[in-house]
Amino acid sequence: MTGKEKRIRCRTLFFTFLKIGAFTFGGGYAMIPLIQKETVESHGWITDEDILDIIAVAEATPGPIAINTATFVGYKTAGFWGSFFATLGVVLPSFLIISILAFFLEPFKRLKMVSYAFVGIRTGVLVLIVQAVLKMYKACEQNWINYLILLVAFVSVAFWDLPVIPILLISAACGILYQTFRAKARKEETR
Amino acid sequence: MIFWQLFFTFFQIGLFTIGGGYAMIPMIEEEVVRQGWLTHTQLVDFIAVAESTPGPFAVNTATYVGIITGSNVNGSLLWGLLGAFCATLGVIMPSFLIILLIAKCFTSFQDNRLVKGALYGMHPAVVGLIAAAALSLAKGNLYTSLSFVSASDFLSSFQLLPVFIFLAVLAVSFWKKKIHPVKLILLSAVLGIVCCSAQELLLG
Repeated sequence: MTGKEKRIRCRTLFFTFLKIGAFTFGGGYAMIPLIQKETVESHGWITDEDILDIIAVAEATPGPIAINTATFVGYKTAGFWGSFFATLGVVLPSFLIISILAFFLEPFKRLKMVSYAFVGIRTGVLVLIVQAVLKMYKACEQNWINYLILLVAFVSVAFWDLPVIPILLISAACGILYQTFRAKARKEETR
Repeated sequence: MIFWQLFFTFFQIGLFTIGGGYAMIPMIEEEVVRQGWLTHTQLVDFIAVAESTPGPFAVNTATYVGIITGSNVNGSLLWGLLGAFCATLGVIMPSFLIILLIAKCFTSFQDNRLVKGALYGMHPAVVGLIAAAALSLAKGNLYTSLSFVSASDFLSSFQLLPVFIFLAVLAVSFWKKKIHPVKLILLSAVLGIVCCSAQELLLG
């Protein structure tokens, strides 16, 4: 990548993540559909599989998922300055909006239209997340071990309220074991 | 020095919370209330507002606590902005540095057999986790508690208005597969305003 290309990419990253930051309501997961649309479908910077890698890493490391994802995507796309501008972009809308709102908190809370709009936005975000789940499901290899991991992860968080990190660690261990056995089986087949 | 304290406290909060914004609430509460920056009520009030503003929850909270604390020093807006800057920088710094380090190593470890295997196993887990997040979001918005006693009980445990909006947005997203998510969010906001106002007019 030449210097000029890199500068253009950084600028695009900044504005892309500015948009993502400005339209993400309700936490990090709500950001995934937007990130997918912008970075995979619109710009082709990364693939659906990369998104899964990034979220796995973001989940297993401290800090808000939004920041983790922005930093990772930025780095993958354009190195250090890419991660800098992507993170700056995703933070800036919050920073500006809250700085202004901090002094009008009471009137803002009483605005009826705002609370009405949010009845809609919260359900709209739900649709987006469901779509994102379906897309990510398709990016996984379809076999019994993946179905099992998916189901166990879902049930243990949704119904048993188990913490995320051990689930991810166990899944990682399962993945390593499965791949090792598969590689061995393949070797024996070719012999 | 208050600004250093803001930076350092939020740096700690950013460093020790794993799994996203809402996992931060207990720690934010403890630190912020203990330092006397906000009262408990102020914080709870703000969390409600943070839900109706865009952006990562952690950043919203850091900015708010920073601006309030900073401007309490001598009532000036400029000091408030400095406080907001310090707290926000603090909360994003740990993630930024850690991910930068991982991303740097990632390209060289990506083809490692163990890393590949671990990520292979984590992919379906991530899908499961996000599906669980979707379910908990549905639980808060579409229904509060499901009853399976009878079919009519089951149906009446849903909230009509959000379910209607959900189905409408879902239909649009299937009809126009390439539609940008931002447009869907704007559409759902408009639907929320229209439907709630209509309900208010009709039912008084």
